[in-house]
Amino acid sequence: MASTTSSIMDTLFQRTLEDLIKGLRLQLIGESAFISKALEEIRREIKSTDPHTKSNALQKLSYLSSLHHFDMSWAAFHVVEVMSSSRFSHKKIGYHAASLSFSDSTPVLLLITNQLRKDLTNPNNEFEVSLALECLSRIATTDLCRDLTPEIFTLLSSTKIFVRKKAIALVLRVFEKYPDAVKVCFKRLVENLDSTDPHIVSAVVGVFCELTSNDPKSYLPLAPEFYRILVDSKNNWVLIKMLKIFAKLVLLEPRLSKRVVEPVCEHMRRTGAKSLMFECVRTVVSSLSEHEQAVKLAVVKIRELLLDDDPNLKYLGLNALSIVAPKHLWAVLENKEVVIKWLSDEDPNIKRESLRLVMAMVSENNVVEICRVLVNYALKSDPEFCNEILGSVLSTCSRNLYEIVNDFDWYVSLLGEMSRILHCQQGDEIENQLIDISMRVRDVRPELVRVGRDLLIDPALLSNHFLYRILSAAAWVSGEYVEFSRNPFELIEALLQPRTNLLPPSIRAIYIQSAFKVLIFCLHSYLLQRESTASSYPDTLALSELASKREMPEGSDLATFKAPSHSEQDEVFNPRVSNQSSEELSVGNGGDRTINHGQTSTPVTSENIFTYEAVVNQLNLIELALGPLTGSHDVEILERVRNLLCFIELIKGEILESLVQKEENLNSAEMKSSKIIKLMSDAFSEELGPVSVSAQERVPIPEGLVLKENLNDLEMICGDIQLPSSISFSLVSTHYEEGVGASLPDLQSKEELEPPSEATSLLAEHRKRHGLYYLTSEKNDIVANDYPPANDPKLQDDQNNDTEDLVKLTEQLLVSKKRPNQAKPRPVVVKLDGDFVPVSAKRPGPKDDSLSGAVQEVLLGNDTRTSTSRSNPSDKSSSKRKGKEKLITDPSSELNENLGDAEKLDHENPSSRRSKHRTHGKERRHKSPGKIREEREENGQKEKKKSSHRHARHKTRQRADVPLNVVSETPVIPDFLL
Amino acid sequence: MIRSVMVMNTQGKPRLAKFYDFQTVEKQQELIRSVFGVLCSRAENISNFLDAASIFGPDSSLVYKHYATLYFVLVFDSSENELAMLDLIQVFVETLDKCFKNVCELDIVFNYSKIHTILDEMIFGGQVLETSSTELVKAVEEISRLESASNSINLVPKSVSGWRNR
Repeated sequence: MASTTSSIMDTLFQRTLEDLIKGLRLQLIGESAFISKALEEIRREIKSTDPHTKSNALQKLSYLSSLHHFDMSWAAFHVVEVMSSSRFSHKKIGYHAASLSFSDSTPVLLLITNQLRKDLTNPNNEFEVSLALECLSRIATTDLCRDLTPEIFTLLSSTKIFVRKKAIALVLRVFEKYPDAVKVCFKRLVENLDSTDPHIVSAVVGVFCELTSNDPKSYLPLAPEFYRILVDSKNNWVLIKMLKIFAKLVLLEPRLSKRVVEPVCEHMRRTGAKSLMFECVRTVVSSLSEHEQAVKLAVVKIRELLLDDDPNLKYLGLNALSIVAPKHLWAVLENKEVVIKWLSDEDPNIKRESLRLVMAMVSENNVVEICRVLVNYALKSDPEFCNEILGSVLSTCSRNLYEIVNDFDWYVSLLGEMSRILHCQQGDEIENQLIDISMRVRDVRPELVRVGRDLLIDPALLSNHFLYRILSAAAWVSGEYVEFSRNPFELIEALLQPRTNLLPPSIRAIYIQSAFKVLIFCLHSYLLQRESTASSYPDTLALSELASKREMPEGSDLATFKAPSHSEQDEVFNPRVSNQSSEELSVGNGGDRTINHGQTSTPVTSENIFTYEAVVNQLNLIELALGPLTGSHDVEILERVRNLLCFIELIKGEILESLVQKEENLNSAEMKSSKIIKLMSDAFSEELGPVSVSAQERVPIPEGLVLKENLNDLEMICGDIQLPSSISFSLVSTHYEEGVGASLPDLQSKEELEPPSEATSLLAEHRKRHGLYYLTSEKNDIVANDYPPANDPKLQDDQNNDTEDLVKLTEQLLVSKKRPNQAKPRPVVVKLDGDFVPVSAKRPGPKDDSLSGAVQEVLLGNDTRTSTSRSNPSDKSSSKRKGKEKLITDPSSELNENLGDAEKLDHENPSSRRSKHRTHGKERRHKSPGKIREEREENGQKEKKKSSHRHARHKTRQRADVPLNVVSETPVIPDFLL
Repeated sequence: MIRSVMVMNTQGKPRLAKFYDFQTVEKQQELIRSVFGVLCSRAENISNFLDAASIFGPDSSLVYKHYATLYFVLVFDSSENELAMLDLIQVFVETLDKCFKNVCELDIVFNYSKIHTILDEMIFGGQVLETSSTELVKAVEEISRLESASNSINLVPKSVSGWRNR
């Protein structure tokens, strides 16, 4: 009794949805409090036996769930109850709640099948049918689809348009969930394409558009039907969908494009609707791009869009232009001034699109200018767009191993310039490129060291944490290629400046390691220089030693030739430079010898800087700067600081002593410290080369090596210490230990080291083969001077009109194909086989094999029927279809003349093809439905085998195969369309 | 295919949210929020497209229109035409206008169920089925009549009929 009373009370004083909304808006007690109170009420009311109270509560719950995001899955059973109410208003609430909250895993779905069936077959109330259909379109599961397919099939030919169009739209979900429904429904679905009612046609076309976009191949046989609609329909919505369908089909069947291109262009010319016009344009540029006339027309239309005031049309115009760009760059060039104008549009979408197009115009002839202007543009744009510009410059220039970059000196200084832009957040990318270039391109290293130095010595940069990665690359480069540095001592000071304590530990470790390398270089140079002044023979020894180490027999010759004759400091105190030059000598011709040598040693200033005082100063500086770090908590820093300090400890005594003994003719080469220094220098001077990604895999694992167990132990011992993963292994020789430790965190993918000889031999080979293209280095030098510096000071003041600047330059550069003064040869970029990740244009296979299979089966059946009827002209049942065929056959006959031999051959012996189909069909009829599927699979396999076989065949044989191909590949396309 | 229809006001309060694939309520909230986050930062008189791939995943586009205090948002994939979708928003708003005589945000706030009816007549399972606002109004009115008929018959004698059955 009590429950009845409460139920009545609930009914009489229940809040309606409107009350709830009003209450929410008043917010007397705060929103969340109010809602939790309301939810409490709902939980009580929804259990009521009165359907009105219950549905009302459910409606409120739906509202809260939909707009205030409260979970309502707990009420699933009540939803089912309300759905089964006989009153339309309740039912509607119930169905709405179901489509809102049910998912595939909702357990009560099992209970609603019968309710749905009852509502779907309701003869009196089409709106109830519609409710059920709507709900199914959202919640239908495989089970529901299977059980309700007969009902949906019936509705597909309902006389009520209102219901039929919804049933058609529902078929999409049914096919997706339950592919076997294709057997039942597909034919009727296709029949609806012929309907006279525009709603029906629109709905069917919509369904086919969705189906085609997932698996175009299966729907090729329907091309004639689609073609008819494309030509006849006056409805823009339908036409847009048709264009979408053909855009997919044409890609599969090139012969189709010849038929389609004309009506598409016709629509494009005729239509007043921008949406249809744009769709035509998009279809042409994306799928019919080999039809010159059509593309020209489309580009005219694109231009119309571009010049429209409506930003939406502008945006879409740019969009279409970027689709057309890869195949028809002229279309972009034609519109370049418009594109560039919109680089400064206020709309971020438009800016981004035009940036993309500007980057599409970049080629090796204009990359310098475009990048320069873009970087200047980046300086004054908002941070987000600035980074987009920088990102696209970086990715465009690095594309395909810096394909478009000819002048690496320019590019490296551009990278330096980019790092200094205030908003630059591309640290990781710039870091990668700096290191990548330093290893791949030997000739650019002096410039790289210069750029690195400029970045390192600027204390202001250390406060920008976006730059840390770049700085770490700069530090590594300066350490690794210190021999190109003008002033190594300055580098040490930069690497150890006090503000480096702002850096994160991992990067600081790199700084310290680089300082170590620089110091070794300085000491070694100092020793050599001292020796050479002291006596004339020890450095000959040293040099020949170095040279022979690199397996350069000429090196020793050079050294002996050089050492006695040159007493100038700069040649002798710089062993690595001379070593470098000897290397080049060995691969070049003898004529270059002296010039080459002179050039490579220029980086070091001619005055002697490796004095005793300077060296001692540096040692003191390092001790002073690193002393406090011995207490560092970071393992990496600690390790490197200890290494460096211990090293100084080892040698300092003797270095200091040596001053005293200076006057005596000491045998300094045998000094302990100089031996150590030489050893270290040797270790560091071996070159790090780029390594193929797959190099590690090629190294066989030694027998009896068990890596995993030990590693597991390690994890147990130091589980919470973060180890940089790449450091522990992958050393080639023990000499590398130091260098590798510092560089590996940067290299990441390049985990292994390559013997330097490989790069050298590559270079040698290249030079041998393309000796013609190698200019003598003297010329090289002159041209380099001619080249406009990348950061021309002039540019600073014309930032404001750089848009016009860009327009101008594109006019100059894009039109003229070759730069007249492209005299500078492109330096060798070391490439490895592992570098090219093959861009496999792997087409995503049809998502649902069973669906496409089912569709193909149905359509194949259709086709068989068509072809048999063709061979049997008196067949009345196909008269309608025949008429249509004839209509289309006429234009296609003249078209056929243009087609290749393949098609002709095909037409010459149609009987074989037909008979093939017929027998196929006969076989079919005898088989049970279960076997049909098997057979189809077999066919599929056969086809696969054939195609793979075909690919393997030689080109000359392909022609002979073609007729067979056409039959096997496209057994389902009626030839009247082709 | 249309993936989602949203209407929200300029404060970011959702007024209508319809997702044609199942989304949990948490996910719905997140999506609406991130869409609003991008919408509110956009100036007037610029293009009506948004990069939706970051929010809704690959192959998704978004168009929106701003009417008075409301944003109308459509999310869809590559089988729809962007300009046609903008037209569709126009059709939706026109229909609302016809149904409510000069529609304003309050109409949408208080007519939760009717708004959904209109939308469901227009877009069915992500596919556009009706693009004429006259047809839409006709269908919606018929449904409303049916609803109120089934309610009014029973509104007064509800408790009575309950007793009678007992």
